[in-house]
Amino acid sequence: MSEMLTLTPEGLYCASARAHIDPIRPVERAIITHGHADHARSGHGAVLATQQTLDIMAIRYGKNFAGNTQAEAYGAAVQVGDVAVSLHPAGHVLGSAQVLLENWSGRTVVSGDYKRQEDPTCAPFELVHCDTFVTEATFGLPVFRHPVASKEMNKLLTSLQVFADRTHLVGAYALGKAQRVIAELRRAGYEKTIYLHGALEKLTRYYIDQGIDLGEIEPVGRRGKELAGEIVLCPPGQLADRWARRFGDPVTAMASGWMTVRARARQRGAELPLILSDHADWDDLCRTLAETGAGQIWVTHGAEEALVHWCERQGLQARPLNMIGYGDGEEADTSVEQPRETGAAV
Amino acid sequence: MLQFAELLDRLSLEPRRLAKEALLVRYLKQASDPDRGYAMAALTGDLSFKNAKPALLRALISERTDPRLFELSYDFVGDLSETIALMWPTDPDGEVGYAPALKEVVEALETATRSDLPGLIAGWLDALDETGRWALLKLIAGGLRVGVSARLAKTAIARLGGFQPDDVEEVWHGLTPPYVALFEWAEGRAGPPQTQDPAPFRPVMLAHPLDEEKDIATLEADTFAVEWKWDGIRVQAASGVDEDGQRVARLYSRTGDDISRAFPDVVERLSFNAALDGELLVIKDGLVRPFSDLQKRLNRKTAGPKLLKEYPAAIRAYDLLSWNGEDLRPLPFIERRGHLEAFLRELNDPKIELSPFVCVTSWDEIAGARRSPESHLARDDAVAVEGLMLKRRDAPYVPGRPKGQWFKWKRQPHLIDAVLMYAQRGHGKRSSFYSDYTFGVWRQNDGGHEELVPVGKAYFGFTDEELKEIDRFVRNNTVNRFGPVREVKHDQVTGLVFEVAFEGLNRSPRHKSGLAMRFPRISRIRWDKPPSQADRIESLKVLLNATVA
Repeated sequence: MSEMLTLTPEGLYCASARAHIDPIRPVERAIITHGHADHARSGHGAVLATQQTLDIMAIRYGKNFAGNTQAEAYGAAVQVGDVAVSLHPAGHVLGSAQVLLENWSGRTVVSGDYKRQEDPTCAPFELVHCDTFVTEATFGLPVFRHPVASKEMNKLLTSLQVFADRTHLVGAYALGKAQRVIAELRRAGYEKTIYLHGALEKLTRYYIDQGIDLGEIEPVGRRGKELAGEIVLCPPGQLADRWARRFGDPVTAMASGWMTVRARARQRGAELPLILSDHADWDDLCRTLAETGAGQIWVTHGAEEALVHWCERQGLQARPLNMIGYGDGEEADTSVEQPRETGAAV
Repeated sequence: MLQFAELLDRLSLEPRRLAKEALLVRYLKQASDPDRGYAMAALTGDLSFKNAKPALLRALISERTDPRLFELSYDFVGDLSETIALMWPTDPDGEVGYAPALKEVVEALETATRSDLPGLIAGWLDALDETGRWALLKLIAGGLRVGVSARLAKTAIARLGGFQPDDVEEVWHGLTPPYVALFEWAEGRAGPPQTQDPAPFRPVMLAHPLDEEKDIATLEADTFAVEWKWDGIRVQAASGVDEDGQRVARLYSRTGDDISRAFPDVVERLSFNAALDGELLVIKDGLVRPFSDLQKRLNRKTAGPKLLKEYPAAIRAYDLLSWNGEDLRPLPFIERRGHLEAFLRELNDPKIELSPFVCVTSWDEIAGARRSPESHLARDDAVAVEGLMLKRRDAPYVPGRPKGQWFKWKRQPHLIDAVLMYAQRGHGKRSSFYSDYTFGVWRQNDGGHEELVPVGKAYFGFTDEELKEIDRFVRNNTVNRFGPVREVKHDQVTGLVFEVAFEGLNRSPRHKSGLAMRFPRISRIRWDKPPSQADRIESLKVLLNATVA
């Protein structure tokens, strides 16, 4: 269907550039869109990505996560074979990029994961016109209409006033979501120290090092009930874990696009669902597909069926790739670091 | 409506019973009449609107959205009201309109004509936010499913008044929404509502499962009367004469739902002034029929002559709660039993018979009867036994589940190893996970090849953690998709083996395998077992022949 890309068991492959994009198994040459674990895996021969994505991979997998690495700035093109490869902001998390592949046959954009909503912790999505657009569809159903972040932060701050003596424990993924929650809280005027579970610390420090203002943050360490009335962030898995019991009777919140659906909030044990996503919602997915001007849409993962149906109704050619190993129904940032256990000094 | 919507939303996200109760009590204190009464009626399932039905809601949304996108969304969300609430087109810049009060909504839904309803409901939906839309749609669709039982709602009302849940239970069946008299009582502004109902529901007494390790060691076998636990449904048959001399007879389910209309063949025989507790069974030519026969009579509004003839219902009575105006519940069980036997002798009706005692006196004998009921009973009766009931001889009839009074000791379930074949997305709590599993066992097909044939479907028995693992397995081993159903790889080498527990087998021409399981559930996941080692259809057929006449 495309001169540029084929689908292999490892993932999308660009034969002209002899490189895979976000492969799920070790390959010779990989172009990585962003640092989430389902897109960025270790053990590739060579990796091309933004400097920030490479840094994040090094934080998560150690310095030797790949044979060699090549950092590329947003917008700069590098020629590989007959293909010009360039990276463009995807607005998903810090360092996230869309990959533009261009040669005689046309322009193909592999967008990775992306969002259009404003986010103070990463560069905003850049619209890249193309012939073939490869999109995700994590929230590819018209039930997903993400509210503005400030509305969700107000829910959290209101709850903090009503339940002033309870710790507010917010489940947030380690890369991107946790930092965005902090940044959005700062925007909403919350100035107190925000406390972090150990598993969120390294990446949050990295964001700060990259010049993102997150205000006062501190590790939870051995504290528990003394954090009554404070905001504590932890990986989602810890919400229902033994670790959370140290706070007595916390209000459990969860920041995720899935919180739109009540059953998902219940499955997470979230008393206070906060709809905050690093993915495009339905309206933004549709808007983006239209704006790129692409005549061909490939849908990698998520609710492919609905988005493909929408494309067909719009007269766009669309193809579901049914790719396994990405997102897979969970706004996955399946952290590769094991969250640290109770009492671990951090 | 907004207060009610907020209540429902918070209830739906709160798993803890006590916290739910606190939310309800807080709501009852803040809300006013008649809104709070209607809210409780919605929660206890006592509201129903003749013309406002789910089909109407589907019609409303289908005018406004792409049908394919709606179906896909509904499949994912797993809840009709929530899907519509989320997809309802809104004007982001538009002013939020006037949100109606709950009273206004309920009363309009009760009186509006079929032709007025669509416009009325659409107008409300336009005026409400997502939570409000969701609550309104839940109200219309019926069955709120926010994890509040009728009992919990009544408990909250009792807390408001500082009395016991059973005090509310006793008067409940004479009341209608919005229960103004009940709230007056709860707030000390009036005495208890007087019920004139000659055939009221009396809250039922329930049993604890017997703890085989602890209870057998500590309890004396001879302090208990032992009965068969029949595989039917628990009912209460109440009858009396009202002020005008008219006979009022009702059949209640264990939760107090009036199921009289579905069982006219039983209700017509309730010509006494008493309330009895017993098991409803299909009994034909003196033989108890399998539960699947009774199921044909359940969940129906009425019963036609053909159904009545083919599946005649009868009661096996095991307790008498009142007789000729006397409340027998404070009496010890053994005395009530004496009254019950006298009552049934006098009634002399073959369709209302005594559930016999099991003549056993030691734990050994009790265990023996549980293991092989056929050594005590005729074959068909033995098949209809799902275990034993142990009732303290001196126990009064106490509503709820009092400790140490009644025990149920179910028979050991049957177990087979079966292979997962298809998985379907769940609804409600498990929406968007593949949580409904069709599994099969091996057989040789006509061509002489080994194949799996589906023998049942199960959607519980596993933990949330296991659910996630199975869900991942399903997604990574999908070979085919049929709408919400995925076919999962299932050959000799690759596939997932479940140990399935079930209570019994029935013949079923509807299933390819010719049999249907009773109460199947996943008892273990055998990640370790290759599919080739799962059970064969022959082992089920042996069981079928042994258990079905």
